[in-house]
Amino acid sequence: MKDPTVSSPSAPTGGPKVPITAPDRPVEPVTAVPVRYPERWVAAAFILVLAAMFVNMLVTNDAFDWPFMFENMFSEPVVRGVGVTLSATLLSMLIGVVLGVVLAVMRLSGNPVLVSVSWLYTWFFRGVPRLVLAVLFGNLAILYSTIELGVPFDDYLMAWIGVEGDLRFFEIDARTLLSGYTAGLLALSLSEGAYMAEIIRAGLQSVDKGQTEAAQALGMSRAKVLWRITLPQAMRVVIPPTGNETIAMLKDTALLAYVPVTIELFYQLQAIGTRSYQIFPMLVAACLWYLAITSVLMVGQYFIERRFNPGQRGLRGRFVGGAH
Amino acid sequence: MTETNDALVVAENVHKRFGRLEVLRGIDLTVRRGEVMCVIGPSGSGKSTFLRCVNHLEKLSAGRLWVNGELMGYRQRRGRLHELRDHEIAAQRRDIGMVFQRFNLFPHLSVLGNIIEAPVQVKGVPKVAATATARELLEKVGLPDKADAYPEQLSGGQQQRVAIARALAMEPSLMLFDEPTSALDPELVGEVLDVMRDLARGGMTMVVVTHEMGFAREVGDSLVFMDEGVVVESGSPKDVLTDPRHERTRAFLSKVL
Repeated sequence: MKDPTVSSPSAPTGGPKVPITAPDRPVEPVTAVPVRYPERWVAAAFILVLAAMFVNMLVTNDAFDWPFMFENMFSEPVVRGVGVTLSATLLSMLIGVVLGVVLAVMRLSGNPVLVSVSWLYTWFFRGVPRLVLAVLFGNLAILYSTIELGVPFDDYLMAWIGVEGDLRFFEIDARTLLSGYTAGLLALSLSEGAYMAEIIRAGLQSVDKGQTEAAQALGMSRAKVLWRITLPQAMRVVIPPTGNETIAMLKDTALLAYVPVTIELFYQLQAIGTRSYQIFPMLVAACLWYLAITSVLMVGQYFIERRFNPGQRGLRGRFVGGAH
Repeated sequence: MTETNDALVVAENVHKRFGRLEVLRGIDLTVRRGEVMCVIGPSGSGKSTFLRCVNHLEKLSAGRLWVNGELMGYRQRRGRLHELRDHEIAAQRRDIGMVFQRFNLFPHLSVLGNIIEAPVQVKGVPKVAATATARELLEKVGLPDKADAYPEQLSGGQQQRVAIARALAMEPSLMLFDEPTSALDPELVGEVLDVMRDLARGGMTMVVVTHEMGFAREVGDSLVFMDEGVVVESGSPKDVLTDPRHERTRAFLSKVL
């Protein structure tokens, strides 16, 4: 009996609609004298005076040395530093998001080992300040002079069997692998993974349980349900805070200066400042660079959020995934 | 066909416990092929839980349940029960459609996307073929022009009809309905019941948990009254509704009829 033949049911109609008219009578519009707020004018004038004083200071105070700043702000190493900052932001967010998905799924898996490992990871990387992490990873080479790939606990294992030698197949100098940039990137990515895990977990938990049940009832496996049904819907909740995280990450790349990553934007600007004894203009240049890039990112965030926020825009394309 | 082949769902002494709460306390039921069984009872009587046990959305605490001759959720080997793996349970569910009280359409997919999702993703039906089938199904549930709409643009009744089409797209041999009209405005109940009535006429095997006594009387082949986790009374809808033998059934019906 595989033929669930269904004849077309009668379309739900309530018959032809009879229009209902509102009663016709004269209308008197509301006209009234608006309330005045003199204290607001006083406050505005006060603020304007303060602003004028600030602008005057910017122009007249020699410590700013604007020509020097503009001259050095776009010098080649600084522009290259901007590139490093952007690449570090992008890469650490990418790794952070992937790590976050893995950690969130682990956290919700129900397997006690996976759950506690995920919890422990988040606890550690959210608890330690990023600046400390950056410096710590910069000095990780102290812990391991070389990094080797092989069978774990091979020294015990070989001693136990009674054979000389080891079971290591691949070896790299830690100072090469954990050079400034890699170490810094690792610190930022691992830290970001902890924050993204929380964001993605909240997103996954925001999806109604009925969605999973409906998908399971259709015969979808758990992995399919996650990938096709739950994650795309979690995006709506995950995307706005991820935008904030990206902007925060862009600013946190300045911490790379303390790993140290010498090719990074803030390091370069500071270096010029100290070299020329013009510290202040270069700090202002740093502010301007970070402001400029975050502003661009904020515009991007505005459009992405508008796309994913319910009720903000049309009904289409509010969710990613599942475009048929 | 032998008699056992005629039974599509066989429940044997099904128990379900949530912690210390016993929701099902020994359910024995058989649903024959082509039968429309309606399940009624006060809320908390376990009727929805039983329905969810049929497609293994809930694990049984005790007892056995077969659909199409297959033991749901387990494999019997050398006298012992082995839990099935996730993908094996998923495969068992493919033959069982389910319609939920709150529709549970996928809000990020269009109506068409909702209907073809499982055939394409689970059965590997080519998208073109699945789309053609989906359009036929939409025609059958009376929504041919809503293929590109998104769930939130539809009324409750329309959403539930799409949900029925979505379940039918997997060509199930059994359809489970979990209070399909309880979340609808009264004026929208009829359009969903119309679709279900047509489905029943087409020979679909259905288990319907419902409060619609009119539907149960008119469409149902059998009626089951459950209370406190047991089947209190079952029989033909006419008998149970007009001449209930059990005190509890009489008390319940006097409140809802």
